[in-house]
Amino acid sequence: MAFVAGAAEGPLGYLKAQTRWHWSETVFWLATLLPFYFFPDYLQLASQIAITALFALSLDLILGYAGIVSLGHAAYFGTAAYSAALFSKFVWSEPLAGVLVGTAAAALLGYASSFVIARFRHLALIMITLGFGLLLEQAANSASWLTGGSDGFQGINISPLLGTFNFDLYGYTAYTYSLIVLFLVFLAARRLINSPFGLALRGIRENAIRMPAIGAASRAHIRTVYTISAAMAGIAGALLAQTTQTVALDSLGFERSADVLVMLVVGGTGRLYGGLVGAAVYMIAHDQFSGIAPQYWYFWIGLLLVIVVIFLPNGILGGLSTLAAWWRRK
Amino acid sequence: MLPPVFGVLFDGIAYGMLLFLLSVGLSVTLGLMNFVNLAHCAFAMVGGYTTVLLTNSFGWPFFATLPMAFLVAAAVSVVFERTLYRRLYRRSDLDQVLLTIGLAFISVAAAAWFFGTTQQPVPTPPYLRGSFNVLGLNIAAYRLFLIAVGAAITLVLVGTLEYTRFGAQVRAAVDNQRMASGLGINVERTFAVTFALGSGLAGLGGALAIELVGLDPNFSFTYLIYVLIVVSVGGLGSIVGSLAAALLIGISDIAGKYYVPELGSFLIYLVMLVVLMWRPVGLFGRR
Repeated sequence: MAFVAGAAEGPLGYLKAQTRWHWSETVFWLATLLPFYFFPDYLQLASQIAITALFALSLDLILGYAGIVSLGHAAYFGTAAYSAALFSKFVWSEPLAGVLVGTAAAALLGYASSFVIARFRHLALIMITLGFGLLLEQAANSASWLTGGSDGFQGINISPLLGTFNFDLYGYTAYTYSLIVLFLVFLAARRLINSPFGLALRGIRENAIRMPAIGAASRAHIRTVYTISAAMAGIAGALLAQTTQTVALDSLGFERSADVLVMLVVGGTGRLYGGLVGAAVYMIAHDQFSGIAPQYWYFWIGLLLVIVVIFLPNGILGGLSTLAAWWRRK
Repeated sequence: MLPPVFGVLFDGIAYGMLLFLLSVGLSVTLGLMNFVNLAHCAFAMVGGYTTVLLTNSFGWPFFATLPMAFLVAAAVSVVFERTLYRRLYRRSDLDQVLLTIGLAFISVAAAAWFFGTTQQPVPTPPYLRGSFNVLGLNIAAYRLFLIAVGAAITLVLVGTLEYTRFGAQVRAAVDNQRMASGLGINVERTFAVTFALGSGLAGLGGALAIELVGLDPNFSFTYLIYVLIVVSVGGLGSIVGSLAAALLIGISDIAGKYYVPELGSFLIYLVMLVVLMWRPVGLFGRR
């Protein structure tokens, strides 16, 4: 619909139509405040959901918009988590500075690896991202004098946020902090996606060969978006290290990369809210189901994946918008 | 007397042969249909559990269970290929990755449900258990047996692919799928047969792996990573490439764990990244 309107006014009109806030978006963000009043016992979980949603959003930028399949995105998440933890232990315990340091570390790593990423597609790309993640996990395991290895990182020391808000046991500060950061990063991502740069990314996703042919600097675009995505994953990793005050090896592991991919796909790729909805659904389901039979959690995840791929190729949000379009036509 | 490096080499080759059996099927089917099958090791696990079930519950001798491991894994894979995989041949890599990773997740939970999460023992015949001494090297009989099986299967596969009509059809379809079907080759049927054979070999590999590396429900994922490394390093659709890559990875892994144990699997990941950056299509890949 928006596309038809935009076509009449040219590309700038299309972009402008995209940036307008839909009423459902306002409802969504108001709903994120509900846990404060209705589920005060679940604020720690809510904070983890917000952080994971941020991580999923970062993957959506490269996977959903630029079409870069990654099985090792946790590399940046974990790097930032460890960097933020080390910074708080040895340098300064101020949380915002910790987030900046973690983000910078992840962005630097992302920038360095983006030169390799931009050269590959398909299976080689999947294998390189997977191998890079595994390599980093092994390195963190081997460097146990620095990271604590498989015992996890000990001794994170976080001072109150802005000098006043203590990280309490119930997670009031943690959830407020994560939610505000998520919202700010989301605004930035929304702005990025609805810019000419965002359109160029979608062009790369749709046809990676034609884009250079019409004069777009595809590889430079891929490097830029990959670095931004790594930095966003880094913000999420640093937040997790600070709000849980631990970092374990699994923050770098293959399972975290696979989980975030599953969440994004279940929510819907290539939609800003896909990762957010997917993370919420996945983590709430995990919290509820694993209480009943923790060892069979992966059975349901596997089944869900098969069903989504066969019947809902665009995830929950894709299904909903198909339903909405069908409703309007009726 | 030979220095210990030969012992490491021998163990590495035996391990490489095992990786070859587990991965050659995936390499050929990937080359044929470009279908990314991350559930390949789940079929290997089916073979492994078939052997466990037949030896422990029905008292079959170890050798009699090996053909069954092959057949059951092949049969199960055909069922999935006909019902689920074929719907996704024209879909994106991502969809294929997600569907098959979902199946691998299901296989882990199903194995835990039926067999529990513990390591499964398998009684091998007594003459495969011992070891003997050659020029000061300790040669384990089972590893020698693995190398022999691997070598025999390589010969059979290369022979089938090079000298039979079916092999020619497979090679034609790997080289150019459209052209092959234009010449009247039923590519989809060729693929189904190759897929079953490849999964059967994985099942055989799964059964043979128990004695060496054990079998638990996480097999689907632990060995998936090794198999993917072998396939991407060797190049798609190449049997010789798979063999070379499997030996390279097997020897690097054993040597790394023997000489620098604190690095764990670091070395093989590094080998893979270096090879892929140097040759993105793998050592023997053509596309």
